[in-house]
Amino acid sequence: MRDTRRSWLLALPVLALLFWTVAFPNIAVVFGSFENGLGHWREFIASPTDREALRTSLVISVASVIASLLIGVPLAFLLSRFEFPGRRVLRIVATLPAALPPLVGVIAFLFLFSESGVFTRAVQRTFGMAEAPWRLTGVWAIVFVHAYTMYVYVFLFVSAGLERFDSTLDEAASGLGASGWQRLRRVTLPLLTPALAGSMLLVFMTSLGSFSAPYVFGGGIRVLSTQIVASKLNGAMGLAYVETTVLAMSAVAALILFRWLERKRKYASSGKGAATRRILRSGRAQFAAGLLSAVLVIMLVMPHLMVVLVSFAVDGVWTTQVLPPAYTLDNYRRLVSEASLWKPIMNSVSMALIATAANVVVCFVAAYLIVLRRFTGRRMLELLVALPWAIPATAIALGLAATFDRNDLVSGRVLLVGTFWILPLAYFIRGIPLVATAVESSLRQLDPALEDAARGLGASWWLTMKRVILPAARPGLIAGALLAAITAVGEFVASVVLYTHANRPISIEILAQLRALAFGTAAAYSVLLIVLVLILTFTARSLEERMA
Amino acid sequence: MTAGALTLERITRRFGEHTAVDDVSLDVPAGQLLALIGASGSGKTTTLRMTAGYETPDSGRVLLDGRDITTLPPQRRDFGMVFQHYALFPHMPVEDNVAFGLEARGVSRAKRLDRARSALASVGLANAGPRSIQSLSGGEQQRVALARALVIEPRVLLMDEPLSNLDPILRQSTRDELRSMLHRVGVPALFVTHDQEDAFAIADRIALIRSGKLLQVGAPEDLHDRPASMGVAQFIGRATIVPAEYLGDDRVAVTVGGVRRELASTSPGGKPASSPHVVLRPDALDIAGDDSGAWRGKVVNRRFTGGSAVYRIQAAGDVILEVNSQRMDLREGDNAGVTVKREPVPVVSGDES
Repeated sequence: MRDTRRSWLLALPVLALLFWTVAFPNIAVVFGSFENGLGHWREFIASPTDREALRTSLVISVASVIASLLIGVPLAFLLSRFEFPGRRVLRIVATLPAALPPLVGVIAFLFLFSESGVFTRAVQRTFGMAEAPWRLTGVWAIVFVHAYTMYVYVFLFVSAGLERFDSTLDEAASGLGASGWQRLRRVTLPLLTPALAGSMLLVFMTSLGSFSAPYVFGGGIRVLSTQIVASKLNGAMGLAYVETTVLAMSAVAALILFRWLERKRKYASSGKGAATRRILRSGRAQFAAGLLSAVLVIMLVMPHLMVVLVSFAVDGVWTTQVLPPAYTLDNYRRLVSEASLWKPIMNSVSMALIATAANVVVCFVAAYLIVLRRFTGRRMLELLVALPWAIPATAIALGLAATFDRNDLVSGRVLLVGTFWILPLAYFIRGIPLVATAVESSLRQLDPALEDAARGLGASWWLTMKRVILPAARPGLIAGALLAAITAVGEFVASVVLYTHANRPISIEILAQLRALAFGTAAAYSVLLIVLVLILTFTARSLEERMA
Repeated sequence: MTAGALTLERITRRFGEHTAVDDVSLDVPAGQLLALIGASGSGKTTTLRMTAGYETPDSGRVLLDGRDITTLPPQRRDFGMVFQHYALFPHMPVEDNVAFGLEARGVSRAKRLDRARSALASVGLANAGPRSIQSLSGGEQQRVALARALVIEPRVLLMDEPLSNLDPILRQSTRDELRSMLHRVGVPALFVTHDQEDAFAIADRIALIRSGKLLQVGAPEDLHDRPASMGVAQFIGRATIVPAEYLGDDRVAVTVGGVRRELASTSPGGKPASSPHVVLRPDALDIAGDDSGAWRGKVVNRRFTGGSAVYRIQAAGDVILEVNSQRMDLREGDNAGVTVKREPVPVVSGDES
C-alpha cells in the first residue's frame, strides 16, 4: 500500500540516523571489550577495584531507591491526602531539587554539609567541637545527595497516582469494613504499584549512572561510572569498554526487571471519582504538620540559597568561618567580562540549542511513525528511541569516544572526538528518549479518526500533517524540548568524557573553578545555570500558552 | 453535484483468519438512505471503511456511478463522512472544522469561511462558527460533523453510528431532522448503526449484516414482516419464534401448550421451508376474551407502555409469548388466552442458525 511506502521513506533515514548514533557506538563498545579475546574481561574480573566498583554501584543504587521511597512516599501521602497550613508552599518547593542540575546539587551539598560546609561548621561551633562532626564522603554521602535530588521522582509519580486515585474505592473498602491499614495494604498500595515501580526504576537507573556525586564526594569510593572515566584517562580503553558493557548491562537488566514488575500490576482505573483531601482539624495536628512543612521547606530551599549566597562570596577568603566573610558582585561581573569565563556559557547554550533542535525534528518524525504508522521496523525504531534512556550517560559517552574517533567511511566512522560537534551529538542522544516519549504521549491522545477525517475531507498528507498532527504533537514537542534543553545545558556526565578546551561547557568550568578553590565563581556559574533553566521553563510555558 | 449510485460488488475483507466482511453486495441509488445494521463485530464498520477507502477489500469492487473506485484513496473520493465520535478537530474552532475540506481543495479563506457559515446555518448553528469544539453539546457536535461532511458537496454521504452519542430525547428529534436533510442532499447515503429503531426511523432501506454476511436487504417493513431467515427474525423487532407445521398454500398450523391453531402465513420462500417456524410479533397477538381456540398461559410479567401493555405469557412447555394488548386489566399470575389479531404471520426456516 502507498501509506506503507511513504512510512518507509520517512522511517529509513530516521532508522539509519538512530542506528548510526545510538546503536552503533554501543555495539562498538561491546566489540571493543572483546578486541583481544577475553583478555579485557579477565582483567576486569581479576581486578579487585572493579569488582568493588560494581558492588558499590549496585549498593548505592539500591540504597538510593530505598532512601527516595522513604522520603517521597510519605511526603506524597501527606500532601495529597491532607490539608494543612503551608501545604501549597511545600507542594511547590518539594519539586525544587529536580530543578537543580545534578552537578549544582552536588556543589550545594558541598557548601552546606562538607567538612568545611556552613551547616557542619555551625554545628561544630554550637557544640564547641574541636573537629567537624562528620565528613561528607563515602557511600552514605552519595546516597544522601541522591536521596535529596531523586526522591522527587518518587514524590511526583506517587502524587500523580494519588491524584488519579478514586477515593470512592477507599470509601467502598471502608464501607466493607476494612481498617485503615487494610485499605492501605489491599487497595491503595496495589493501585500505586505502577507509579512505585516506575519511579523506583527511574531512581535506580539515575543512581546507577550517576557520576557527579561519586566524582565529587567519592573520596576513596569507586563506582563503575567513575572507573570508566579513570580507565579511559589511564589509556586502558579495553578495560573501559568492559566496564561500560557491564554498567550498561546492569542498567538494561534493571530496566527489564522493573518493567516486568510494572506490567504485572497494571490496572485501568474507571476513574470517575476524584481524590479528596482531609482537612486536619485538631490544633495539635495542624501545628505539627505546619511545623514539619516549615522545616521541610527550609531544608529544601537551603541548597539553592546556599549556592546563591556563595556566588556573592569573594574567592579565596572563605576559609574557616561559618559563612563567607566578604561579599561582592565581582563573580558575576567577571563571568560576563572575561572571555575565558564567558566562553563556557556560550558553549553550553549553543550546544544545547543545536542538540534540542535536532531532537525536535528527529523525535517528532520517530514518534509519528511509532504511534500513527504501521510498518515493519516499527519495533526496531521504538527500541532505538528508548535505548539512550536505558544506557547510562557515561556509557553513551564512551561509546561515542570509541566510535567517532577517526575518519573511516567504510566502517561508518567520522572524526568527531576533539571537535565541537561531539558534545552536541552526545546531548542529542541523551535528549532522544525525553523528546520522543513526550511527543508519543501527545500523539497517543490524538483520536486516530481525526487523521481519517482529514483524509476523507480531501486533505493531502502534508495538509493533514500541518493542520492535524503537528498541532496534536505540539504540547509534547514543547515539553520534551524543554526537558532536553534543560538536561543539555547543565550536562556533565557525558561532557566530562568528551569535552575539549574549546567547547568546554559550564559544568566542566564549574568543576575547574572548584578545583581552583574559586567557590564564588563556581557558585555564580551554578546560579547562572539555574537561571538558564528558569528562562527555558518560562519560555516553554509562554510558548505553550500562545499556541493553545 | 453529480448524483450517481454507490455500488458494493461482492466485497470481502479478512483480518488474518477472521473474515470480517464476507462477499457483501449493496446498491444505494442517489437520494436513497441505506442503513447497515448489525450487532457489534458484525462487519458493518469495516464495510463502511471500505466504502470510504480507509480499507481496501481483499476481493470485490466499490463502484460509484459505474466507475471502479476500489483503490482510490479517501482524499480523492469526495465522500462526506460523519464519524462515530465525530472526529472534530479539537484545536480548531467550529468554522475551521467545517471549512477544512474546502481548505484541502484550495478554496480561499474568505470563501471557505463563508460557505462554512452557511453550512452551519443549514444545520441550525448559524452563530456557532467561532466557538470551540469543547464548548459544544453532543447534539451540536453531531450537527457540526454533518455540516463538515456536507459542505464539500460530497458524492456519497457515510455515517458511522451518527446517533449513538446522543441522549434518548435528542435522538428522537435528530432522527427526523437527519432524514429530511439527507433527502434534500440527494446523494447516496449509507449509515451504520446497531440500533434498529434508528434504522427504521431514518432509512429507506435496511441491510442486515451478521458475522460479515449480508442476511437481508429491503424496506424496514420487509425485514420486519417478511424476514428472509431465522437470523433476521431474531434480530429485527421483538418476536416469539415457534415451530410450526406448513400446510401448503400459505397456511400454517401452530401448536402452543397443546392448542393447535391454523393461521395464514407468508410464503416460505417458494418451496415449503424445512423445519418451518412462525414469527409471532407482540403486536400481531392479542389477549383473547373467552375464545376457546386461544392459546392458554399465565402472565409472568406485565409492562405498561402508554396506550397499551406488553404481557409476557408463559404457555405450557417453555414457550413465552409476548403480547401487546390494549387490555390493561391482567396482572402477574393471572391466566390468559392469546389469540392472533394480525395475519399472515411470517414463516422462516429453522434449519440455518
